[in-house]
Amino acid sequence: MFKQIAGASALMLAMASPVHAVDIAIVAELSGGGAPAGTQYRDGIMLAIEEINASGGILGEKIKVTQHDTQTDPQISKGLVTKAIDDGAYVIMGTVYSSSTIVNMFEAMNAGVPQIVGAEAPNITQKGNPYVFRTAYGAHRGVPSLTGYFRDNLKAKKVAVTWVNNEFGKGGHDVFVAEMKKAGINVIADIPSEAGAADFAADVSRLKSAGADAVFVYLHEEESARFLKEAKKQGLKTPLVGEVTLTGQKVIDLAGDAANGAVAHVGLTAQANVKSIQDFGKKFSAKYGHQTDHNGIKGYIGMWAVKYVTEMNGAFDQKKFADKMHGLCLDVNKHPNMLLTTCWDKDGELARESFMVEVQNGKQVVTTTVAAAK
Amino acid sequence: MEQLIQVVLSGLATGSIYALAAIGFTLIWQAAQTVNFAQGEFVMLPAFFVLIGINFLGMPLWLAMLFGLALSVLILGVAFKRILVDPLLSHGGLSLIIATMAVAILMKELVKEFYSAEAQPYPALVPQGAWDLSGVIISLQDISHLIICFVVIVGLTLFLDKTKVGRCMQAAAQNAAVAEILGVNVKRMILYTFVVNAVLATLASFLITPVYLAKFSSGEYLGLIAFIAAIVGGFNQVRGALAGGLLIGVLDNITATYITAEYRQAIPLLLLIAVILFKPEGILGKPEGRAV
Repeated sequence: MFKQIAGASALMLAMASPVHAVDIAIVAELSGGGAPAGTQYRDGIMLAIEEINASGGILGEKIKVTQHDTQTDPQISKGLVTKAIDDGAYVIMGTVYSSSTIVNMFEAMNAGVPQIVGAEAPNITQKGNPYVFRTAYGAHRGVPSLTGYFRDNLKAKKVAVTWVNNEFGKGGHDVFVAEMKKAGINVIADIPSEAGAADFAADVSRLKSAGADAVFVYLHEEESARFLKEAKKQGLKTPLVGEVTLTGQKVIDLAGDAANGAVAHVGLTAQANVKSIQDFGKKFSAKYGHQTDHNGIKGYIGMWAVKYVTEMNGAFDQKKFADKMHGLCLDVNKHPNMLLTTCWDKDGELARESFMVEVQNGKQVVTTTVAAAK
Repeated sequence: MEQLIQVVLSGLATGSIYALAAIGFTLIWQAAQTVNFAQGEFVMLPAFFVLIGINFLGMPLWLAMLFGLALSVLILGVAFKRILVDPLLSHGGLSLIIATMAVAILMKELVKEFYSAEAQPYPALVPQGAWDLSGVIISLQDISHLIICFVVIVGLTLFLDKTKVGRCMQAAAQNAAVAEILGVNVKRMILYTFVVNAVLATLASFLITPVYLAKFSSGEYLGLIAFIAAIVGGFNQVRGALAGGLLIGVLDNITATYITAEYRQAIPLLLLIAVILFKPEGILGKPEGRAV
């Protein structure tokens, strides 16, 4: 009798608990146009979870993970975030696409569930959402790092911009245009394209005839690859400069030789001359049989940040988690799986060292390290 | 002027690949009086057969392409006809149309499940260089695509017009009952039509995939454009599908270069509306009557 009462009481206590302590939900672009980014993000998270569970989990609890495929559809992503919340997720990892994140993040905010996103559109952290945290720079932090490259390295007087016409692309485009204006550089061609665009013949043709000194390319991975192939096909000689995606590993894999010569500012790269990142790159390749790009690293450090911050708090408390993240710096010497010292400000915006890279012979080569934004 | 030449040439090259897929619509319409809404996926799938040959069976490209072609003929031609078309044809074109929509979804999901949801790199079939002719950059890829497509389409037209089998296929398409009385094996001719469609779709796949990349969803846009091209050119004429494909390819490029990149996808639809309003049989199509 005593055993039955004790058992029933334990069951009732468990059912009354508002949070399943270590349920982590990955909500990411596992198919559709965002799959190159979303699957890398997912793979990075899964690698981190494997390591965390092998080392005893979080506060002694193993992580139980569920994966949700948004199909790169913002409305589906919103539904899946709601489902993850209903299922009792402690933290939601994703989404990576800004156009999805901007739609689904308020579901997590209203439920008080922390969300670690790969999205880079500036407005993600400008909406007063205390539960959203980036794993990469917002475009408003990353794109300005390129201004000096256009002005001083390329000595550009007139530039062109080609961008994907969605939340992600518009964010980067607007920041770039404003930065060029401040630097006294004319934007003489402004060419948007749709997400998932397959044919860039006309875009490249317009860029060729524009006579710009350099082109800023702000497209998703697959579109970047198609663009680079078309640029090579049409013999476009103008320097091609991007922010993050243009020189991503997936783009190099898809574009082949056409990616050579492309330059970009990247927040994270497996080719960085940083031992912890290189070691991560080797682990990732050994596990998945392909190289990681910045999204794989973003997922990995995002998941490790969840462990570190939760253990600092000593409890699976979502409010405490969000509060702790604001203004937090995770020093890589004390938290080695962060790979680089990483800080978040009061808006969930991230600061960390970054890199300028160029694709040479089918590989990313780091040319400069850029200091963390203040 | 140099830019215009390049834009037109590039549009013709892309349009010629649209035409290959569009011809498939016209052939199947003539043979079975139905519309194959899986035509875009018929173009998507052979590329994955080739990738399986290269990446899993260790084949060189040429052998993988033959492997892809053989599988396509078998699955998209013979099996499609025997398993789907034959049982449903007697129930009317509409049920078959719906079935092809289901096939399109099934093919996309199978590729996503068993290969990958991500885009895959795909080797180019033709040289990648370019000629500079007095400032006009001529892409070898574009020229090669154009030549290959024209040779195939002219060859197909000659086959249909000048060979006994081709004329029997046309007879079976025009009036199956009369053709049968005259000794034509109508069922076999219809099967040939589906095989020809599979071959054309495979060729389109080999040409377009290096540009668009191999992806489960790549047939969606291509299928839509090919369908529109077939209607615009004339749904009951091979040469109409060719004209429709080329017209849409060039118009799309000119629009995106000189007018608007944002609304380029609306142009084929506007063209479609104009044709339906003013020349419903299509630019080169023949008016067809049907008893109701």
